[in-house]
Amino acid sequence: MSDTVLFALEAALNGLTVGIMYSLVALGFVLIFKASGIFNFAQGVMALFAALTLVGFQQGQVPFAPLFNALLGTSIHEFGWTLPSLLAIVLTVAVMVALAWLIERLVLKHLVNQEPIILFMATIGLSYFLEGLGDIMWGAEVKRLDVGIPQGMSAWVDEVTYNLLGYGFYLDTLNLWALVIAGVLVTALVLFSQYTKQGRALRAVADDHQAALSVGISLRFIWVLTWSIAGIVALVAGVMWGSKSGVQFSLSLIALKALPVLILGGFTSIPGAIVGGLLIGVGEKLFDFFMQPIIGGATENWFAYMLALLFLLFRPQGLFGEKIIERV
Amino acid sequence: MLYREAGDFKTSYASDNQTFPIRFDRAAYWVALGFAFLVMPFILGDYWANAVVVPFLIYVIAALGLNILIGYCGQLSLGTAAFMAVGAYATFKLTTSFPGLNIYIVFLLSGVVTAGVGVLFGLPSLKIKGFYLAVATLAAQFFLIWLFTRVSWFYNYSPTGQISMPERTMFGITVTGAAASSTAVYMTCLIFAVAMAWMARNLTRGTVGRKWMSIRDMDIAAEIIGVNPLIAKLSAFAVSSFFVGVAGALMFGVYLGAAEAGEAFGINKSFLVLFMVIIGGLGSILGSFLGAAFLVILPVLLKLVLVDGLGWPTDLARHLEVMIIGALIVVVLIAEPHGMAALWRTIKEKLRLWPFPH
Amino acid sequence: MLDTQEGYVTADGRQIGGVVMELKNITLRFGGVEAIKNISFDIRTGEIRAIIGPNGAGKSSMLNVISGFYNPQEGDVIYKGYKRPRMRPYQVARMGIARTFQNIALFEGMTVLDNIMTGRMNIMKSGFLAQAMWWGKAAREEDEHREKVEKVIDFLEIQHIRKTPVARLPYGLKKRVELARALAAEPQILLLDEPMAGMNVEEKEDMSRFILDVNDEFGTTIVLIEHDMGVVMDLSDRVVVMDYGKKIGDGTPDEVRNNQDVIDAYLGVAHE
Repeated sequence: MSDTVLFALEAALNGLTVGIMYSLVALGFVLIFKASGIFNFAQGVMALFAALTLVGFQQGQVPFAPLFNALLGTSIHEFGWTLPSLLAIVLTVAVMVALAWLIERLVLKHLVNQEPIILFMATIGLSYFLEGLGDIMWGAEVKRLDVGIPQGMSAWVDEVTYNLLGYGFYLDTLNLWALVIAGVLVTALVLFSQYTKQGRALRAVADDHQAALSVGISLRFIWVLTWSIAGIVALVAGVMWGSKSGVQFSLSLIALKALPVLILGGFTSIPGAIVGGLLIGVGEKLFDFFMQPIIGGATENWFAYMLALLFLLFRPQGLFGEKIIERV
Repeated sequence: MLYREAGDFKTSYASDNQTFPIRFDRAAYWVALGFAFLVMPFILGDYWANAVVVPFLIYVIAALGLNILIGYCGQLSLGTAAFMAVGAYATFKLTTSFPGLNIYIVFLLSGVVTAGVGVLFGLPSLKIKGFYLAVATLAAQFFLIWLFTRVSWFYNYSPTGQISMPERTMFGITVTGAAASSTAVYMTCLIFAVAMAWMARNLTRGTVGRKWMSIRDMDIAAEIIGVNPLIAKLSAFAVSSFFVGVAGALMFGVYLGAAEAGEAFGINKSFLVLFMVIIGGLGSILGSFLGAAFLVILPVLLKLVLVDGLGWPTDLARHLEVMIIGALIVVVLIAEPHGMAALWRTIKEKLRLWPFPH
Repeated sequence: MLDTQEGYVTADGRQIGGVVMELKNITLRFGGVEAIKNISFDIRTGEIRAIIGPNGAGKSSMLNVISGFYNPQEGDVIYKGYKRPRMRPYQVARMGIARTFQNIALFEGMTVLDNIMTGRMNIMKSGFLAQAMWWGKAAREEDEHREKVEKVIDFLEIQHIRKTPVARLPYGLKKRVELARALAAEPQILLLDEPMAGMNVEEKEDMSRFILDVNDEFGTTIVLIEHDMGVVMDLSDRVVVMDYGKKIGDGTPDEVRNNQDVIDAYLGVAHE
């Protein structure tokens, strides 16, 4: 195989792994959108917040330390202990569930009958609020996240591809783990929604709010459940991204990238989120690879959105979504 | 008993339609205008001009533009900052290519250029709506900023990638560049802000405004009763982009003096203007003023109180500001989706009756 | 059955003219479902034509075909003697066809006055720049149209609510405002989709009176869909009966009420 093809393949493979990351964030969007019709712009910030909280617990940080220090003139930053990763994860999950409950109580409950555009703008406000909150609680410096997922070049991949193609692909082990974890997560979600009572209730709500209410399903409980699950998904996404590039503000910008993913995959489809993410990931890398000599780099900034725009014009429901029909 | 309208009968449709039907409001408006033009220039200090008043006037224009698009025509856009960049870079290219061209004309032309770009990126609105359209405008945001940082023609091949505003005068007074006095800058922005607010008011109260609003409220019905949705939506994009482009031109030309696309016109600015429109009030000219004022004054206020007053670190104050803005958006959308303008209207209703309860 | 192209005068002295619109062999399909199956009928100038039939018969679809929202797969719409080409709904509206909707389609963000003014948007001519500067022409036009709209407001007796936001109005008044908006367009043909739905006896009487007044004073041709048989028989000059997308009756109210097919499908018993 020629060099260009090999390099392109490597780029594509890396694109796949980046794509999985996008998919993880998009997954959270899909869950919430399916259950409540709300497009949760705050999903990316939730991932950031979850990651910040996890690191905070791990390193024994004092929450709101910057605030206390400013108010009281003190200089405390850490409790002095550190927690094992597993315990920190459990605590973070608890925090995300509490957050979901608070969001339902303080925000969603009051906006039930509003138009989708108002709900969307409310989630934009929510994302700003959470971002500021995360920064005040745990501090805004870049943090290293390490929950024990192996990183570094995968020797295994290098060997296999070298033997097969004469060129060893560089693939980070972390990305392989991301693939596995994403797969497990999606399977768990699908099993949950198909085979448990709550999962069935979730699907009922996604289908028709009124009908679900009339058979006695508590809409509020379902929303808390959905946002909690989305919060956990956000945590997974945050951990994966954070392990790779550290926990920082740019994590929340990933949320914006999830929008094109959803447009490609369809807003209501879980497999769509995965496929969309992969397509965007691969597409970005390949486009950059081939176009860089011609128009320069950093096209990743906008490629996904342009692709989404094309989809919107020609296939607005995405690859797997439901067609929208308007009646008079 | 000040705020009275009893006995104030309107005897013509024109007077029924006027912007300030209540006598008190009209008087207050003229007083405010007189103050802004005749008194302010003499008492405005450099600090307040730069920190509050000039950015306020510039953001008013941007907020008016975005309000026309979202509030009156119902088309969501997250690309405001990129369109401001178009205005800024258009100003830079025009004034460096045609140094003799009157600078106010340059600003207006920059608006026209932006209107063209806006129409182009508004074309998808004919097929997509709501937050799908928002994604399309994000494409505009990221693509345009990339364009302005990558294609060196836009910044005249300068090695820093920055654009700098050369010195220009109007009636012999320097209005741009380092030598311009803050009064000159203030007056320029004031003139533009007042003129464009007047235009916005005219457009939104006539047929054009009604066409926009009908598309916003029920576009299918609007088309069935005779509105051409293509013209209505694209005209909203065009007018809105014109306003935003002029705002960007002023922001670069008289306020910042130098800019780099990624920093000055990043997506955070898009959200900032969006918040101004939401908090101020969608579909309201007054709302654009209120929202711009609020979001320009808030960080200054927080800095004065928290950083200068209580000695907090600046980044803590910034994080708190972000939290407050986010929380405020949610609160406004829950309590009064039509923003401060609606709140103001409610207060006025009570004032009309005061001291009677109803 | 009248088959002359000439007009005639009704018993109560109204002038009815020749055929203004003809629907010829209209077939409308949605995917696999045929909503309208090969229907033909005509509409005369100045008459009140009712379309009746059980729910799901395709009546609203028929109205949507007339107003250009749906384009039939087969058949033609012949308007004022010319075959009407496929056009967008707003172009149809500009040819003088106005309508009301089954589920009210008012612009909820605007006042009553603004809503009715939107009815005149097709007629208002001043250009963009003139509007932006509010030059003499734009301001004057606004006044002229306001005057016409006020006439409609007087006609339908809704002066007291002209500045009320439409979202706050009760159902009956909303329907009246929708009628006002359609009238403001000074249409040649007025399409009314169940104008009396959800109204009590008094409101129906008011609405009937308005419809008759419109036809009487302005000579507007009216096509209406309605379920209340009493109203239909009293108001209309001719009736088209639809069932399952097909036409099963066409004629004067008397002819239709004694038509056996119509009785079987819809009326139940020979209606008094």
